[in-house]
Amino acid sequence: MSAEQQILPLVTPAPRGTEIYRGDHLLVAGMIERGSKVLDVGCGDGDLLQLLESRGIDGRGIELSREGVNRCVGKGLAVVQGDADTDLINYPNDAFDYVILSQTLQATRQPRVVLENLLRIGRRAIVSFPNFGFWKMRLQLLVGGHMPRTENLPATWYDTPNIHFCTIKDFVQLCDEINVKMERAVALDLYGRPLRLNAPWWFLNMFGEQGVFLLSRAAR
Amino acid sequence: MVNIQSVKSPVRADERGQEADHPTSQVALFGADQPLQLDCGIDLAPFQIAYQTYGTLNADKSNAILVCHALTGDQHVANPHPVTGKPGWWETLVGPGKALDTERYFIISSNVLGGCMGSTGPASTNPATGKLWGLDFPVITIPDMVRAQAMLIDRLGIDQLFSVVGGSMGGMQTLQWTAAYPKRVFSALAVACSTRHSAQNIAFHELGRQAVMADPDWRGGRYFEEGTHPHRGLGVARMAAHITYLSDAALHRKFGRRMQDRDLPTFSFDADFQVESYLRYQGSSFVERFDANSYLYLTRAMDYFDIAADHNGVLAEAFRDTQTRFCLMSFTSDWLFPTSESRAVVHALNAGGVRVSFAEIETDKGHDAFLLDVPEFLDIASAFLDSAASVRGLPTTGK
Repeated sequence: MSAEQQILPLVTPAPRGTEIYRGDHLLVAGMIERGSKVLDVGCGDGDLLQLLESRGIDGRGIELSREGVNRCVGKGLAVVQGDADTDLINYPNDAFDYVILSQTLQATRQPRVVLENLLRIGRRAIVSFPNFGFWKMRLQLLVGGHMPRTENLPATWYDTPNIHFCTIKDFVQLCDEINVKMERAVALDLYGRPLRLNAPWWFLNMFGEQGVFLLSRAAR
Repeated sequence: MVNIQSVKSPVRADERGQEADHPTSQVALFGADQPLQLDCGIDLAPFQIAYQTYGTLNADKSNAILVCHALTGDQHVANPHPVTGKPGWWETLVGPGKALDTERYFIISSNVLGGCMGSTGPASTNPATGKLWGLDFPVITIPDMVRAQAMLIDRLGIDQLFSVVGGSMGGMQTLQWTAAYPKRVFSALAVACSTRHSAQNIAFHELGRQAVMADPDWRGGRYFEEGTHPHRGLGVARMAAHITYLSDAALHRKFGRRMQDRDLPTFSFDADFQVESYLRYQGSSFVERFDANSYLYLTRAMDYFDIAADHNGVLAEAFRDTQTRFCLMSFTSDWLFPTSESRAVVHALNAGGVRVSFAEIETDKGHDAFLLDVPEFLDIASAFLDSAASVRGLPTTGK
């Protein structure tokens, strides 16, 4: 059988009428060409992977929680239980066209090492994360005097899995530091809609609820 | 199947060994012109493979699933056992509407080479001498078993199996299938297994073999001729092995320290505790249906198993660029084939760029969980095969 047969979209798990794909998932999926081989690190319940498979993309996943993995495998997705901090090392160089880290960077122990691994395993990486520079966050800390909580990040400081929050500005600085090229940078508002493209960095950092970055290895 | 020579004979359940030569199953005979090349260097011929089938093979022969059995299992996956009369050993998984749906798939299950339920093994008659093979039977390996299965699949006219499925030693065969015949396996479901037997597992097997061979009734493996059977040795081997199939938590849940039909200890070596009585029952019922020499050979085959060793010590080499879709599962309380073993296989598959799913199922039922009604395991098996079926263009449950 040819490789093409293996990546045909699944027929059965067509999205049920009530399910609507998340804005950031649609944005990420839009950055990936049909036929690509993709690893989704921290794939949760597999919603993004299902979207990718429905578009003829060969998607694989890693997920930390056993419940998440078992739900993914139950959907017929190729997902394994694993930890972004410790298991990426087991993947060879250039194994994937794209490696996705969706809303997971802030939950890793070593974001910098994870980011370097993403671009070792994949030719490109797509990273999305909640922007701690978002005006609502700033306002809660400035006026409320407490750790920010939002609709998308409702956990309290003492039971959150998110241990490495950053702002869009911080992330851009890290990319510069480790010689990563930003091919595309998009900020989404609270409803997952992209902010206007030509906005300056300070604007994205203030009004973007999350950042989505398409990254590649910079030429040395 | 025109070219399959079926041998059927009346069952004499009172005589263990009858099944070895004349099983209550279909039999594929391979003559002197089709020797089986064994890893030990011997060409085995003639030999036979006993097998059961369930469901119907479709027109393009694309819906066949091979089920590989574990150490003490056999081909009677989903029908009453001809010797014990008990239900098939994998009826949780195989049957109409089950994960291995006999209404959609053609299920094949063969007794392994070296087994004692109709495939050639130490309990079979050696045609060259007219006597039972006993220890004259060559030492076989998991790859030998799989080679014999492949010859059966050839005989059935099937080019590519839709899936190969197995747990424990059956999972080893499944993984060996994907390594040896990647193009002939569309999907593989390997449960509670590994690509190599660990030192601890070899140690437990050695314990079992020594128990058999220490029984004076074993008679150097020629017990049939001498009218004995190493009941005690094989029973002890089974008791020890059975402990490894369970977990501390499961034993505690089932038996605790409860007494068997008594309130006080007898201050003797009777089976005072329920767990003792249970183990004794497991030992004695096993010897009724299993051949002691076969137990030696099959445990040895598992011990020798190491796929990486056949690929310069690099497991990933065995699976490089295979198109087979894999699903591996392990159980949290399995200490015989712990999750770390499955995870090592998953890493190798990932490194080889293979499409693999891996789930660890939470249960206290130990290694035996793959044989039991563990809903999450059964659901995932079903979903995995369903998604593979849709890619293969086979009917799905539509769930």
